[in-house]
Amino acid sequence: SSHIQYPELIYYFLKAASGTLYLTATHLIYVEASAEVRKETWILHHHISSVEKLPLTTAGYPLLIHCKNFHVAHFVIGQERDCQDVFTSLLKLSQPVKPEELYAFSYNPKMSKENREMGWKLIDLRLDYQRMGIPNDSWEITDINKDYEVCSTYPPEIVVPRAATKAVVMGSSRFRSRGRIPVLSYLYKENNAALCRCSQPLAGFSARCLEDEQMLQAIREANPGCPFMYVVDTRPKLNAMANRAAGKGYENEDNYENIRFKFIGIENIHVMRSSLQKLLEVCEMKSPSMSDFLTGLENSGWLRHIKAVMDAGVFLAKAVREERASVLVHCSDGWDRTAQVCSLASLLLDPFYRTFKGFMVLIEKEWIAMGHKFSHRCGHLDGDPKEVSPVFTQFVECVWQLMQQFPCSFEFSERFLLEIHDHVYSCQFGNFLGTCHKEREELRIFEKTHSLWPFLLQRKQELRNPLYRGFTAYKELQPNTLPFSFQFWCGMYNRFDKGMHPKQCVLDQLLSCISQKVTLEDSASQLENVSHNGLHMPWGGWNGVSDGSALSFCDGQHPPPNLRENGTGSQGRHILGPVILWIISSLSIFHNYH
Amino acid sequence: MEFAELIKTPRADNVVLHCPFHLAVEGTLCLTGHHLIFSSRRQDNAEELWLLHSNIDSIEKRFVGSLGTIVIKCKDLRIIQLDIPGMEECLNIASSIEVLSTLDSVTLMYPFFYRPMFEVLEDGWSSFLLEQEFEHLSSVTNEWRLSYVNKEFSVCPSYPPVAIVPKSIDDEALRKVALFRHGGRFPVLSYYHKKNGMAMMRSSQPLTGTNGRRCKEDEKLVNSTLRSGRRGFVIDTRPLALAQQARAKGGGFEQEVHYPQWRRIHKYIERFHILQESFIKLVEACNDQSHNMDRWLSKLEASNWLSHIKELLTAACLAAQCIDREGASVLVHGSEGTDSTLQVTSLAQIILDPRCRTIRGFEALVVREWLQAGHPFQQRCAQSAYSNSKQKWEAPVFLLFLECVWQIHRQFPCSFEFNEQFLIMLFEHAYASQFGTFLGNNENERAKLKLPQKTMSLWSWVNRPEELSRFQNPLYEANSLVIWPSVAPQSLQLWEGVFLRWNRPSKFLEEAEEERINIIKYNKELQAKLNSHVMAEGR
Repeated sequence: SSHIQYPELIYYFLKAASGTLYLTATHLIYVEASAEVRKETWILHHHISSVEKLPLTTAGYPLLIHCKNFHVAHFVIGQERDCQDVFTSLLKLSQPVKPEELYAFSYNPKMSKENREMGWKLIDLRLDYQRMGIPNDSWEITDINKDYEVCSTYPPEIVVPRAATKAVVMGSSRFRSRGRIPVLSYLYKENNAALCRCSQPLAGFSARCLEDEQMLQAIREANPGCPFMYVVDTRPKLNAMANRAAGKGYENEDNYENIRFKFIGIENIHVMRSSLQKLLEVCEMKSPSMSDFLTGLENSGWLRHIKAVMDAGVFLAKAVREERASVLVHCSDGWDRTAQVCSLASLLLDPFYRTFKGFMVLIEKEWIAMGHKFSHRCGHLDGDPKEVSPVFTQFVECVWQLMQQFPCSFEFSERFLLEIHDHVYSCQFGNFLGTCHKEREELRIFEKTHSLWPFLLQRKQELRNPLYRGFTAYKELQPNTLPFSFQFWCGMYNRFDKGMHPKQCVLDQLLSCISQKVTLEDSASQLENVSHNGLHMPWGGWNGVSDGSALSFCDGQHPPPNLRENGTGSQGRHILGPVILWIISSLSIFHNYH
Repeated sequence: MEFAELIKTPRADNVVLHCPFHLAVEGTLCLTGHHLIFSSRRQDNAEELWLLHSNIDSIEKRFVGSLGTIVIKCKDLRIIQLDIPGMEECLNIASSIEVLSTLDSVTLMYPFFYRPMFEVLEDGWSSFLLEQEFEHLSSVTNEWRLSYVNKEFSVCPSYPPVAIVPKSIDDEALRKVALFRHGGRFPVLSYYHKKNGMAMMRSSQPLTGTNGRRCKEDEKLVNSTLRSGRRGFVIDTRPLALAQQARAKGGGFEQEVHYPQWRRIHKYIERFHILQESFIKLVEACNDQSHNMDRWLSKLEASNWLSHIKELLTAACLAAQCIDREGASVLVHGSEGTDSTLQVTSLAQIILDPRCRTIRGFEALVVREWLQAGHPFQQRCAQSAYSNSKQKWEAPVFLLFLECVWQIHRQFPCSFEFNEQFLIMLFEHAYASQFGTFLGNNENERAKLKLPQKTMSLWSWVNRPEELSRFQNPLYEANSLVIWPSVAPQSLQLWEGVFLRWNRPSKFLEEAEEERINIIKYNKELQAKLNSHVMAEGR
């Protein structure tokens, strides 16, 4: 009998269309020739993680491009010579060797010097410590590291217990891997329990350090409400033990007074890198069966790792909130897993970090200032591929998982996370360049580049979460961490496979409702000359009316070449038009789809 | 029979009720003929529990000293635990529940005793008559007619008295065709695609047998739906091998020689007992909180539930594609034509027909394609995922359909007039209900039971404005387009609203839904206000 095998996945099969490929200094731009509406695909060179030439096909010479934001582009080029040219150009453009070649140093959004400098001052970590009540009787902000004598990868100003003398600090720094001494990450004002972070001690099998022991004592005693403190090693026990042989390791409970030591097995950067690799292979499978997908998802281990990070964050937050215990967290160097879990715990404990501004502060504080090596982990420059690891991506995903469980508790939407994730790799802004504060000073990023945050704040309207119930609605979050509470994040790992996503976007609908609200209310009050009597404002905490004015400003993603007049850009969401997006009714969604 | 005989201990005090995500609460347990009632006797009545016995899927009892514990697993997948002091009381209560939850006689079921506390505005039993559907059809085409050939249920016992068939086929021919189709289920119109005049029909397998029997009337019937020179597609929900095996038992499939204008596509959809196993495995996985991530994912995979969802959606898309894209008529069947066939035809309509995405339209679809079409609800929904008795005819066929609708709903959240709660409500009522709608296995049985006279219809209740408002999707904006869902694994999710409903706190998700409703409601209010002003100005 005859069988018609309908391609089952036809609904998201990307039609190959002929068009033109442009390479600019910063972007690869593809313009579809056949489309009725001009359609452009933009790929930032810095986003390209690999370029591959595939075997010749009847259509021509295929080029497969993988991006760090999980965009996968497949081009077929007619001439071998052209293909080779594009290939070599992209290889070179996507792997800059010197920091000066990074986009941030040439990016010019035509902003005044004053505004640029103001942008860098937008996030002030001192204010955040002030918010926690620091300085206070127990904690102080010290510039002891201003010449990077304590630790070259810490910022000049750190927060340590007042009781820790300079001698204690210096002594402890000699006993901690790379001098990364215990410093305060977050103080839970309600009960004085502190979240602190550091690197592993150079304990080996028996070494001790009096100053380090005094340092921990000072941290413990800064919280008189609890007789003990936790010391949490986020590594698997086996890894930590192996480190002892190299003169590193973990705290011996016998040497430190009243500590409770605990391992939380989060895997290292190499395991995470290969896990993501496996996950992406699953995401890229051509018409996988459900079984293929779920088995692949399981074998990648990705969600297991996400859960491990989340579990750790939940443990820290619980210890602080419920046991009123201070916690000192470390891994090996204290800049990957430690950054993940400290920032996650802060986010669980404090609603401020779930606002636009607060989330920026959190990233500046726990990641940028504390020396998460963005440059190496994201492979900004041609370097050791073994240093690359999706540590920050995992943090962003944990936040997204929380958003799924607590849809009204974040001021921003998934789009804000994706936007930040994009820019961690884009090198368009100075924030994520280099590996630590010292290096960023040397690169003079504060003089030569722009900060990302003001650009994102200007786009608050489109990045906001319409369901946000305001700052006071939810205090601590206590997420469910049973396995079924974790979902595969299609919006991240298959973000550019539009066909896989819901065809109608609730977020857009709600956002347009909210922007329409402003115009409607205006017209209503104009018509009426009375302010809306009989209608109440059912949702609180919205203060965004004034933000609408700045929308036409820079989109933060692209330079403004002439090319993109009609284009929607690769991400298709850069120009948020006038406030009344609403007029484009829901039918247009279908129009695009069909 | 008196229910009182079955209830030796009608009441027990100092009983402790444990529900997931609620504090244990002490109170009084009462048993009535149809309900298990728990009351904490608090002022606020907050801890009242009314559970239909027919909602109880299984019951386990155990003792520690004289304190007995009963674990009740419900068909809606909830699990509750009752601690009952006194061994005798506990044993009595457990045995009463066991008997009352497994009553054999349909006429002892609650719908026959239920007296509504609301005013009936519209009798749901006559809300969705095929005659109305035909009237609607007649306004666009005159190629079809209503046939009452089955008015005594003698031609096909599982069909309703009325069917829509091609105009050119008379009742005499239908009788012959019925003899050629399994269970007498001759091809009838399931859906007419106004856009291009193509038809989707459904039936059961043809009884070709091993010697290739044919039936001229059957061929004429199906061919009459074809435009001249065009071909149609038979979508057989069995794999080819299974269809071939069926011939040995007198069944079969449409052979090319006799149906040259038809191309057959075998799109396998699992048989009902496989689905039941899958359902049990999935619920087991969801309820086991000791799993680590790997174990959970592997159990989820091993349950195959999402695979069934994907296959079913794919088959429905295929049928819809044949009609809408290929401009071809389609005939869908498996073996009996009462399960997978209905899943495919009803889902294809969700994709193709905007009417089916409204509340009333969806109700009409459930009535037409499931109840009247003879899906054996009573057999399929007799037990849910906790049944430990040996399986007979149980299978979550209807639940799978509802979940597929939910999956499409997730992808087109603005295209449905109803919300997720509406689908969950239908799931609950299909398994246990105070209404008679889902009793019986077909219209014939329902007529014999006199359900329309003796019980209340679910639709009489649901379609009251008070109830409807709970089921409305605030985002709905009618659109007349075909909606093609993605069937990629990444696009399909576990239906948390059903499977994790009792396993996780729902407060935060409910708040989000509330927020969504508020935003849209406020917007609509403003708009209405503005419009009325504009109107007033214009006057």
